[in-house]
Amino acid sequence: MKKRRRNLLPVKEFRGKGLHWEWREGVVELTLDHEPLNEIGTLLLGELEQFAAAIDTLAPITSACIITSARPGGFSVGGDLKELYNNALSLSPKKRVAGLRKFIERIHKVANALDAAPFVTLAAVHGLCMGGGLELALLCDLIVADKMARFGFPELRLGFIPGFGGIPRLRRDVGNSFIRDLLFTGRTVKAEAAHQAGLITHLAGEGYALQVARSMAQQITKFDPEARVAAKKFIKPIPYQELREEVELFCKLFNRPQVMESLRRFVESDDPMKHLPVSPKS
Amino acid sequence: MCMRTIEQTTQEILELATMQFKVPAGSLVADDDFYKKLGIDSLQALEMLSRLENHFRIELPDYEVQGVSDFKTLAQRIQARL
Repeated sequence: MKKRRRNLLPVKEFRGKGLHWEWREGVVELTLDHEPLNEIGTLLLGELEQFAAAIDTLAPITSACIITSARPGGFSVGGDLKELYNNALSLSPKKRVAGLRKFIERIHKVANALDAAPFVTLAAVHGLCMGGGLELALLCDLIVADKMARFGFPELRLGFIPGFGGIPRLRRDVGNSFIRDLLFTGRTVKAEAAHQAGLITHLAGEGYALQVARSMAQQITKFDPEARVAAKKFIKPIPYQELREEVELFCKLFNRPQVMESLRRFVESDDPMKHLPVSPKS
Repeated sequence: MCMRTIEQTTQEILELATMQFKVPAGSLVADDDFYKKLGIDSLQALEMLSRLENHFRIELPDYEVQGVSDFKTLAQRIQARL
């Protein structure tokens, strides 16, 4: 059988429909730019998969990667619930779970690849960072947040739990009381509170998160790559067992009529910002 | 430490909203429905919440301001956290 030759050249630039990245002097900047607020559905997932596939070839020439957003409203509001609901609606309950599981498994594969990337990853966060968006930020080694940023896990409001690895990765970084507060109240917290809880590495002034992240990335490029990789593996283990448990629990909770009903209400609502906990119509 | 009165809290909220949404000074009053008067959406309301939390150095969970749409009630919620 003829073996396909792998492309070993680093993909230094990529411009997709939902994100783009650019390599410069040892630092990759990956910018989410998917309207309205970087909802993670099949489009963004597909392009994140392309980035995950490029990690191996970028690694030898890359010290740091900054994940940021070009959307003015924030970093990301998480999973594309409209797409999730419409896909689920078109399938029988049995096929629905299989389809959901397939999507979640793809997300987890990308998340684990980003989590284990041999360069240092930084999330530069402004505005809203919720649900799957927070889970994306939690993959990163360091989070720099604009002081006006807000963080939250609103999933329980819809009858399920974060499904992109949020709870195990949050447990890795912060205390259980903070996690329970986020989950059980569904509230969003300001950047300062997230910083005090240990979720945020650095607070930046309004509009300066990316600048601060770039400065940190430049500092990171100065150190020995072998020591960096060893330190990362040592200090940031990936909670694989808990992540598997999360997938099972997520699929089990999702496959209930209550969830489809809450998603229906969400999708059919005419409030343009219905995913936020503060709503003029709440 | 000097405790703010509810009137002072309300005034500071009105001043912050005036600056954030760039409306003429004195055009906002305590009974205004800020969603209607300022034409803001939930995203902007959350931004206002962040500004208020930072200004008053408090944490105000967003579930406590769900359904609140006037400055007067918002001031009461903030006063309870000072």
